Amino acid sequence: MSNQTPDEPVRSSDAVAIPVIERVWWREAWKELKKAQWTAKLGVVIILSYVFVAVFAPILTPYGESQIVGDAFEPWGDPYLLGTDNLGRDMLTRLIYGARNTLGIAFVTTILAFVVGGGLGLTAATLRGWTDQGLSRIVDVFMAIPVLIFALVLIAIFGSTVQNLIIIIALLDSTRVFRLTRAVGMNVAVMDFVEAAKLRGEGLSWIMLREVLPNILPPLVVEFGLRFCFVFLLIATLSFLGVGVQPPTADWGSMVRDNATLITYGDITPLLPAGAIALLTVGVNFVVDWFLQKTSGLHDDH
Amino acid sequence: MMITKPKKADAANDDSILLKVRGLRIDGMSEEVWNPIVKGVDFDLKRGEILGLIGESGAGKSTIGLAAMGYARPGCRLSGGEILFDGIEMRTASEKQKRAMRGVRIAYVAQSAAASFNPAHRLIEQYQEAPVQHGVLSVEEAQSDAVDLFGRLQLPDADTIGFRYPHQVSGGQLQRAMTAMAMACKPDLIVFDEPTTALDVTTQIEVLAAIKDVVRQFNTAAIYITHDLAVVAQMADRIIVLRYGEVVEEADTRTMLSKPTEAYTKSLWAVRSLHKEEEPGEDTLLEIRNVDASYGGGVKVLHDVSIKVPTKRTVAVVGESGSGKSTTARVITGLLPPMTGEVLFKGEVLPPALKSRGKDDLRKLQMIYQMPDTAINPRQRVRDIIGRPVQFYLGLTGKKREERVRELLSMIDMEPDTFIDRYPGELSGGQKQRICIARALAAEPQLIICDEVTSALDQLVAEEVLRLLLRLQDEFNLSYLFITHDLATVKAIADEIVVMLQGSVVEQGMKTEMLTPPHHEYTDLLLSSVPEMDPDWLEDLLVKRAAAANAKARA
Amino acid sequence: MGKVLTLIVQRLGLGLITLIAVSLIIFLGVELLPGDIATEILGKDAQPATVEAFRKELGLDKPPVTRYIQWVGATLSGDFGNSFANGRPISDLIGFRLQNTLFLALMTAAISVPLSLIAGVLAALYRNSFYDRAINIFTLTSISFPEFFIAYILIIVFGQQLGWFPTLSNVSAEMPFSQKLYLCALPALTMTLAVFAHMMRMTRAAILNLLASPYIEMANLKGLERSRIVTKHALPNAWAPIANVVALNMAYLVVSVVVVEVVFVFPGLGQLMVDSVIVRDVPVVQACSMIFAATYILMNLTADIISIVTNPRLLHPR
Repeated sequence: MSNQTPDEPVRSSDAVAIPVIERVWWREAWKELKKAQWTAKLGVVIILSYVFVAVFAPILTPYGESQIVGDAFEPWGDPYLLGTDNLGRDMLTRLIYGARNTLGIAFVTTILAFVVGGGLGLTAATLRGWTDQGLSRIVDVFMAIPVLIFALVLIAIFGSTVQNLIIIIALLDSTRVFRLTRAVGMNVAVMDFVEAAKLRGEGLSWIMLREVLPNILPPLVVEFGLRFCFVFLLIATLSFLGVGVQPPTADWGSMVRDNATLITYGDITPLLPAGAIALLTVGVNFVVDWFLQKTSGLHDDH
Repeated sequence: MMITKPKKADAANDDSILLKVRGLRIDGMSEEVWNPIVKGVDFDLKRGEILGLIGESGAGKSTIGLAAMGYARPGCRLSGGEILFDGIEMRTASEKQKRAMRGVRIAYVAQSAAASFNPAHRLIEQYQEAPVQHGVLSVEEAQSDAVDLFGRLQLPDADTIGFRYPHQVSGGQLQRAMTAMAMACKPDLIVFDEPTTALDVTTQIEVLAAIKDVVRQFNTAAIYITHDLAVVAQMADRIIVLRYGEVVEEADTRTMLSKPTEAYTKSLWAVRSLHKEEEPGEDTLLEIRNVDASYGGGVKVLHDVSIKVPTKRTVAVVGESGSGKSTTARVITGLLPPMTGEVLFKGEVLPPALKSRGKDDLRKLQMIYQMPDTAINPRQRVRDIIGRPVQFYLGLTGKKREERVRELLSMIDMEPDTFIDRYPGELSGGQKQRICIARALAAEPQLIICDEVTSALDQLVAEEVLRLLLRLQDEFNLSYLFITHDLATVKAIADEIVVMLQGSVVEQGMKTEMLTPPHHEYTDLLLSSVPEMDPDWLEDLLVKRAAAANAKARA
Repeated sequence: MGKVLTLIVQRLGLGLITLIAVSLIIFLGVELLPGDIATEILGKDAQPATVEAFRKELGLDKPPVTRYIQWVGATLSGDFGNSFANGRPISDLIGFRLQNTLFLALMTAAISVPLSLIAGVLAALYRNSFYDRAINIFTLTSISFPEFFIAYILIIVFGQQLGWFPTLSNVSAEMPFSQKLYLCALPALTMTLAVFAHMMRMTRAAILNLLASPYIEMANLKGLERSRIVTKHALPNAWAPIANVVALNMAYLVVSVVVVEVVFVFPGLGQLMVDSVIVRDVPVVQACSMIFAATYILMNLTADIISIVTNPRLLHPR
């Protein structure tokens, strides 16, 4: 029943305030982006087009994901724009589905890493004392093994299904997220307003979620971009090594591996999925770099 | 061996202009655009003269001081005007020309000596660097000069102190060593950039005396930058008051102190006029009894501390850094449970640890912090900052909570409609501190611990905040435990004073009684070290102290 | 000096504890192996007696603690056990491969460390210059490239188009040094490119951080020459951050070697490890990962110790 008159006083001003802020936020972002250097703009365009391709993959593709349409290694040309792969599947189709699979897996993994690592990091920063000591020492040990090596060991033990990949990499990556969240969280947790909340008698969850978290969001957003790149490259690398995403799922890393023989004949087709990986990470890195320069406030004219 | 003779004799009558600044404009980069931070400043400096630059934070004092050396910090640029140093245009001079002047004819003394000495080299190596590199002195000459200067600056073990590394020397000594380093080439001009701000009052006095002495001996001109009026009164021959990058008023020190003409200058001077008549307390609200405390079971930082705070009164706790003032506050609030001793509120023992205290115990005892910037969450609106304790302690929600928040905002003289939706970033320092007061008030407390609440504020704002606190004390029968190192503030608001030193209470009593001699020895040192607005104060004090020391030696 | 020594001993102790913890993780990982290793290897149709005998041979009938101690003891004496896949002693498999990998890593380090330190210092000194901006975009781009992408591009350009270097790096023990260098050119170049961007950017950041110190401003205001400020004031304080950068990137090298070896069919430790992961030859994976992890820990330890011994506050105690 919407019989609100325009001059009726607003009951809860919180309710109006929030959309106003959001609209402003988007406008601000757009304004900032227009001022940004060309690399950042390029990065945003790249990211958006990848997301578009990933979302609309089934509509954009001429064939099915693992449908064998012709002979192996057919050249670029009419029916198969970018030729066929080692099993006679359409390269373009596989590339487009690859966007969906590779991006999707990396995204889910990164989110999981942030939930686990961020949550624990925030807890350690807020509670300090033994909780922090315990968690930090465990993370130290985990970080003493290079991620790729550790991932290989765990894959050797548990096998490389998609779920295993996501859990293993998310877990390993969460140690890095923990480190950062704890460090920036610690800077905020020692501030007077957090002490004021403790003196007021607030519980742990209020302090973590209402006092500390909102203040560490900007560096966490930047870190999300960086971690996403890292996870994305790691999965691609594992797939390339043959221990990541398994066939017949279309994945850029394994597509490079499967078609690598073409390189010996001077055919650059296998470089397409590798280039697709590189282009996206370049895009994300450009945007993150712009973000970092903006927030670090470092300028000089010397 | 080269003996440095003071130049005083031959230079005393030289009244010529050394530095001439006209229409100086400096821009600072913020949000990717250049904004003016110094907007057309003119001044002259004679040889051997000490010019005081004073102003609040953001007035552009340091920027102007550095500009005299032709230097702009990263993110700043000298955008216009002229800086004529002995006829040389420093603003447009080439890097090479400027290099030849810096360290030789113009030198700089920074605020933090600890950060401005390179940790990797001995003091003497850093001392001799400018004279040797510029070819003014040989290494041997520079080193023997150094010993001489260290002695003149009253550094202990002048012969050997130069062979120490910066971290092996105390803060006050380091600041004097830096002054010596600036004097190394006997420059015509030294820029002192808040050289004593980071020091305790009792240390500050030694450094001030040493600087003043040595600058006079060599007839060096100086630009002395500070925000402390009493300090500049001791040091400067002439004072320039700056505000928002412009000159407000300029006069010689005595005239400036006795007859300021501009309203802004007058208001700066007026700050110290706030005074509260003391009243003896009746019943005790809070009592700390024989408290010993340490961090993590290590070295004891509080030794047998006992303090009483009467109802509706203000007890000021004074002392230098490391005296245990803030630790005492942590014990009272329960953040640091004491090793022995107890905290009583209205005669009842409070549980030592924060976690075991009830909501109502917490409510009655609120705290206001030194830095309003970090004391309120920058991601919460004023409504939520003040509304949270209202809801948390008093259970008010929705409309009632909103009304109460508005009421509290009115109490601290902030228009509710204007401020209730703002984020802290949209408030000034003084407004933020008011919000902190409102947040404490929202709990309807009986005691508020004020931890250096005015020391991060500019003087005018600080005074308003103090007035507000006094008014609220009357209205709501509040008791304050006021932690501060600033005696002007103590005089303004306290009923009783507690003096602390190295974790113990040295002396406590009513304000007038504490401020009139005879004192405990340390109280005397502390009180007498606080600079006064009298240009002769420092010299008188040094004479007095010397006489006292002589008398003691004879006795 | 006493304090420095204590700190170094503490660091070494910490390194040792970390190594033990890592060995425990790698060992326990096998315990977590879903199902039974013996059945896994011999296949589901194996005779129970055969499985039992195999378990005994592997020592699986003993309690985990005993096996861990035995495993550590054997590992320390260079005996890594036998491969599941072909039954050969693992130390035979590892021996010359480890040498090859070390050769490749050292060759890469020799090229990449000086190159990226110089590039990084220059970028910091000439901040915001055209050089700085150009190299920033270049490194941002190359950081984003997976190693195999760089490797294939190099293969196409230098291997096929120009024909300068071989695209397969099948070195063997008897080869003369110069031939090894020649064969390793492309893999080393790939790794250099991979590690250069990181190392250069970290060096630049470390130096910029240093140049923002008040004592550098003070040196400027003393009118010192730029070269003197850099060598006399920045450099003595730069060892710790630079050592950190180098150690971290050498550790990173350990990782990128895996991919590069696979691309160039280089008979090294990384190749062996990947092959073993594919066939799930757990003892070999364990041995390789222990070696990689130990190298990594050693690198970080070195960085820590360098920053301790170059810290003036520790070298000259009060």
